[in-house]
Amino acid sequence: MSLGTFLIMRHELLLITAALLVLIAELFWNPEKKKGISHFSLILFGVITIIGFLPSPEGSIFGGMYVSSGTRLLMKNILNIGTLIVFIQSIGWLKKEENVEKVSEYFLLLISTLVGMNFMISAGHFLIFYIGIELAIIPIAALAAYDRYKNKSAEAGIKLILSSALSSGILLYGISMIYGTTGTLYFNEVAALFGNTNLQILGFIFFFAGMAFKISIVPFHLWTADVYEGSPVNITSYLSVISKGASVFILMIILFTVFPVIIATWQKTIFVVSVLTMTIGNLFAIRQQNLKRFLAFSSISQAGYILLGMIGGNQLGMASIIYYILVYVFSNLGAFGVVAAISNAKGKENIDDYNGLYHTNPKLSLVMTLALFSLAGIPPVAGFFGKFFLFTAAAQKGFYLLVFIAVLNTIISLYYYLLVVKAMFISKSDTPIESFKSDISTRIALGICIAGIVLTGFASIIFEVIRNLSFGV
Amino acid sequence: MINFSYTIWILILPFFMFLLLGLAGHKLFKAKLSGLLGTGGLGIITILSYITAYRYFFVTGKIEGAFQKITAVNITWLQFTDKLHIDMGVLLDPISVMMLVVITTVSLMVHIYSLGYMKGEKGFERFFSFLSLFSFSMLGLVLATNIFQMYIFWELVGVSSFLLIGFYYQKPSAVRASKKAFIVTRFADLGFLIGILILSFNTKTFDFITLTNPTGTAILQGTGIGFLGLSIMTWSMIFVFMGGVGKSAMFPFHIWLPDAMEGPTPVSALIHAATMVVAGVYLVARMFPIYAISAPVALHVVAYVGAFSSLFAAIIACTQTDIKRVLAYSTMSQIGMMMCALGVASYGGEEGLGYMASMFHLFTHAMFKALLFLGAGAIIHAVHSNYMTDMGGLRKYLPITHITFLIACLTIAGIPPFSAFFSKDEILTAAFHSNKILFGVEYAVAGLTAFYMFRLYFNIFWGKDTQYHHTPHEAPATMTIPLILLAIASLFTGFIPFNKLVTSDSKVLESGLEMMIAIPSVLIGLLGIGIAYVMYRKETSIPDRLATTFKYGYKWAYNKFYIDELYLFVTKKIIFRYIAQPVAWFDRHIVDGTMNAIATVTQVISFRIRGFQSGQLQKYAFVFITGVIMLAIFFIYLWK
Repeated sequence: MSLGTFLIMRHELLLITAALLVLIAELFWNPEKKKGISHFSLILFGVITIIGFLPSPEGSIFGGMYVSSGTRLLMKNILNIGTLIVFIQSIGWLKKEENVEKVSEYFLLLISTLVGMNFMISAGHFLIFYIGIELAIIPIAALAAYDRYKNKSAEAGIKLILSSALSSGILLYGISMIYGTTGTLYFNEVAALFGNTNLQILGFIFFFAGMAFKISIVPFHLWTADVYEGSPVNITSYLSVISKGASVFILMIILFTVFPVIIATWQKTIFVVSVLTMTIGNLFAIRQQNLKRFLAFSSISQAGYILLGMIGGNQLGMASIIYYILVYVFSNLGAFGVVAAISNAKGKENIDDYNGLYHTNPKLSLVMTLALFSLAGIPPVAGFFGKFFLFTAAAQKGFYLLVFIAVLNTIISLYYYLLVVKAMFISKSDTPIESFKSDISTRIALGICIAGIVLTGFASIIFEVIRNLSFGV
Repeated sequence: MINFSYTIWILILPFFMFLLLGLAGHKLFKAKLSGLLGTGGLGIITILSYITAYRYFFVTGKIEGAFQKITAVNITWLQFTDKLHIDMGVLLDPISVMMLVVITTVSLMVHIYSLGYMKGEKGFERFFSFLSLFSFSMLGLVLATNIFQMYIFWELVGVSSFLLIGFYYQKPSAVRASKKAFIVTRFADLGFLIGILILSFNTKTFDFITLTNPTGTAILQGTGIGFLGLSIMTWSMIFVFMGGVGKSAMFPFHIWLPDAMEGPTPVSALIHAATMVVAGVYLVARMFPIYAISAPVALHVVAYVGAFSSLFAAIIACTQTDIKRVLAYSTMSQIGMMMCALGVASYGGEEGLGYMASMFHLFTHAMFKALLFLGAGAIIHAVHSNYMTDMGGLRKYLPITHITFLIACLTIAGIPPFSAFFSKDEILTAAFHSNKILFGVEYAVAGLTAFYMFRLYFNIFWGKDTQYHHTPHEAPATMTIPLILLAIASLFTGFIPFNKLVTSDSKVLESGLEMMIAIPSVLIGLLGIGIAYVMYRKETSIPDRLATTFKYGYKWAYNKFYIDELYLFVTKKIIFRYIAQPVAWFDRHIVDGTMNAIATVTQVISFRIRGFQSGQLQKYAFVFITGVIMLAIFFIYLWK
């Protein structure tokens, strides 16, 4: 094995290097000018994101423990883009007095979690997968508690770490059952040896529950709202978009490649949990006043829709999920970006506070509207095409009832998304949020989100590329 | 074979102009500069179109004596499945290239004219950005390679028309008119969409070349299966035609066109006279092989709707006093003639004369009707009124407008050697050879046309000497130059050999003037002019006496046969009361009631399940574990 074969792990190697460079920079940077670290890290990560798109060798190393393929590279690149947007959005927030000290910490931890996600996506073996998943979640718990002097933030951190410990335990238990019945942890070998015995199905369900926790699928979602609300907005957006996206990707890969034998079982499982997730996510979202909690529940119901792409086990399904996540990255980060900008500038996070926002901050309102339209799936923005493809994928395999329920839920979701739009455009307020100018990095990030929302909808080439890289069971 | 792929710029450029002027116009440029930019951009497109037309018609388009359909550009836009995909592209064939010339020429004239007409108006950049949007949509419509693309641009045209009619959005009447135009055409477009869906479901394709190939298989799909006595193909084509009826303001969807005159006059010239309103004719021409070969009944519908509309509108036009409305009804009448000509044609050879005549008339009509509207604009600009009762004796003050307007009136009256003489003659010939009743109608319309146009002319430029508050003065050069250019076009476009260029089967069609038709048609034109001369040359009491004699007929026609009132009656008194109100009741009590019930249940449930979201981690863990166990029990014991 020559050193060159390590280049297959290019994404991970680059990210680890970046993390180390940030660490070194922290040690030697002039303490008076700590702000510079954030720009340094941002540029570093921007370069990595671009390098990620260069053609890369495919194949597997370490005896199949680590696999790289076009699909997986595409997923990693999507995560990179999302993380880049989160980074750009964070710059202004990191300049605040209380955060300047912890700038390098922020980048170091986030990049580490990204390394974990990349390993998880590229896993060809349950152990690598497990290590990746732990690496992806533990640093985020630290970040959730980033505002450590705020009780809510600390609470978010501890809740995330405890509940993820529980879910990891269950997940590991499931993996151990799989190992016990097949005698191997390599994905391809498990797939070949997997049968339909009760113990194996139990193992699968434990595994699935563990993953469902990461994607916050009902009934494993309860941590979501508290953690999202308590964490700093930028971390919340990272959690809701990047973490969730990565987990969806790997769950889909594992379902399609490791468990095709019990497709009937996991289709039923997904059916049940996706109906629950969409419905309950929506029911709770309607009641929320705090925008972060609101977006938390909206992202729960979004996860329910995403499952529709998985259920068929078809190529179109995989393509539609990857496409949807891409769109979701732009839309959700757009929405969170506006919430973050307002929260950082004015400290207001409630829907009522947004009354009359259009008259004071028309641009932010328009961005928010577009992002919410995309989340709700209103044509012609990208979210519509995303949902359309998801539903088509499920309908192609005959899950008409599920599609029908999903459409009903879309209508319900339209109601609460439009509530926010109504607040901004129609409702009057005596004390509206004053007009303010957001900093340049926020504006750049929101610009990227808007461009993404519009362009991914219209440029059919994107979906074509994704479709050609996708595969079915 | 010349590569035509550059034609994509004909679409990209105006769209870019729209974005530039619309988004950044008022910030980046002064008003005048944005006008010049818009006009310049359109100038480039016009040149490109002329080059395309020259190369298509005279260099490469023809293979073995017939013009080919060339797909210059094609991009797959949405790929749903392997077979079902929606494309965007540029299709060149005789009619689309002809329309390119028409649209860009008129649009360029209107752009130049608007530089003068709209000078100093608030929203000057907005006006030019909307004009660019319209040009983009209209060009996209005619260049569409498939019916779905056409539909998309069709709607875009509707939107830009809506925006331009409502340009003076402070005026309630303009807002009402724009809404009316949008809703009426949108309603008709519903039929178009249904037609498209039936058609493509039947033929499994959207593509025009496949659809309209006269020897292909698609054209024969669904001709046998019947529904209510007509084949499926016929039904779909009737529905498609419904879209055309709406856009082209044919009876009974014509009610929006007179109101649309609330928009700025250059807009009326461009959209509501020369380009958008002929989209319906273009649509039928585009699908003509299907109409002619597999849905002749639908083609009859086209003929009769067209003929009826032309007569109907001509009668109303004789009684109106708002000069723009007269022109609006005249447009409707002329388009009716085009429709009728299409309707009496059949595919290929001698029988295809009506098709050629219709396209010919479309072309000449675009020129002289744009001229009439722009002239009317110059007049309104000078006297600040739309009503011919406020005018009279204007020939002294507006010499250039007077001459060009006279040329246009002579043209529309069908006097040789002006262009409409030739095209109208072809229409009458085609009608004569296929259906004597329709011929009679069109012949009468020709006489009425000459009458009402000269009624307008004499009332404005001769008649009584009106005292004006301030002396009317001739329009600036930016406005008169387009008038002169269009007048020249009206003079000479009649000599274009359309029978060699645009025919139903793209082959040369031998046709010439038939004296038997030409002489009577000129005579009735002269008769119309003569009557108008007697009645309106000087102020006389003849018109009033006539109006009192035929009191009811006059009043009926003056009020446009009460079609608007009929619609109001049907919508307000019948649909609102007997359909909408019960539906509203159902909606309020049953639907809302159900929804409220669901909402209440939701509230109760979410109140009950609030406990789950208690914030206590141990409870979360409890739910988590319960969930796992439930799933396990479920899938291992109950539902395996």
